[in-house]
Amino acid sequence: MSDLLLRIAADRSDEAFRSLYEEYGPRIRNFMLRQGADPELAEELAQETLITVWRKAGMYSADKGSATTWIYTIARNLRTDHLRRRRVWQELTEEHAASIPSDDVPADELVDERQRQEKVRAVLKILPPEQIEVVTLAFIDGLAHGEIADRLSLPLGTVKSRIRLAYRKLRDALEDLK
Amino acid sequence: MSSEIKHHPDATTLVSYAAATLEEPLAAVVASHVAMCPHCRAAIADLEHLGAALMVTMPRGSQEALHKVPRTPAQVARIELARDVADGEKLPVPLAAAYDLTMNRIPWRRLGPGAWHHRLALREKGEGDLRLLRIAPGRTMPDHGHGGSELTLVLDGSYSDVTGKYGRGDVQDVDEGIEHQPVISMGSDCICLIASVRPARFKSLIGRLSQPWTGL
Repeated sequence: MSDLLLRIAADRSDEAFRSLYEEYGPRIRNFMLRQGADPELAEELAQETLITVWRKAGMYSADKGSATTWIYTIARNLRTDHLRRRRVWQELTEEHAASIPSDDVPADELVDERQRQEKVRAVLKILPPEQIEVVTLAFIDGLAHGEIADRLSLPLGTVKSRIRLAYRKLRDALEDLK
Repeated sequence: MSSEIKHHPDATTLVSYAAATLEEPLAAVVASHVAMCPHCRAAIADLEHLGAALMVTMPRGSQEALHKVPRTPAQVARIELARDVADGEKLPVPLAAAYDLTMNRIPWRRLGPGAWHHRLALREKGEGDLRLLRIAPGRTMPDHGHGGSELTLVLDGSYSDVTGKYGRGDVQDVDEGIEHQPVISMGSDCICLIASVRPARFKSLIGRLSQPWTGL
């Protein structure tokens, strides 16, 4: 996947871009549908996400970045802008570096985000179903905690404690990774 | 400086921010805190990995390819934030960029003795309230919690309440039902970024601020 982005950045190859469309297009459209877009808007926002990937491929740090996470943050921000019509306060993962004072993180201490992404997928396999359910409703369906509580007919406190447990497990599992 | 930050947003607030389900004014406070706090920046990055992992592993609906593959990217998405903020600027970069402000150019409006504010416009109307608040040393901030979620980020000076002392970079993540009566530390004005999802709560805060502060 990262090779694909490298090729897009390097030679702007139409073929690489087409592979990106095939790999990610349906997933992002599906994400937009779950977030509440109608089919036409979901299609448009998936297109725009991938166009943004194309335009910004040069910023992507291929050695340590996670392409999937980068694409997710682009999709998320476009959805906030177009679907929620809110000001976007979240940065794209690859732009975090731009807002950090340059003496903050020496280059050789950059976090290997690709490794972390893999670890997160491993954690997802061992997370209890009720914790996966609440984080999915938050990240994929775009529901606020109160809306999750309504959807599941649970007290807000229960939803919040499940989210905290999932967060704790995720962070603990990633603690050893640098 | 950043290592001195002791108070962070709650895990549930960080999840809402990473999933972008947090209301606009609260997201502004978290973004400003994250710009100052490496700890929370790392937490957000991990949560974004989680969002991405959920996005690519969720059951796929239609496998059908997107209808058109444009050859030339045309439309430029409005998702970039300007980043040209001067070194040493005390206003967090996301805030300075979004509102084209610097700490010494805030158009303060007087609220009452020793208190000033500047309201920040939100794109989504009726979603709450975001404002900068400046209070003189030794003053008490009228209590302003327990009306729904509220976030306070200290940008300069400090204050204390029963839960501890809050200095630059610290966030107070106040949930419903919490009583607190912050007192501004001596020395310098305390400048905070305060977000609330209940506009009515802030009206009452302003109402109280405008009145003579009996008992302060």
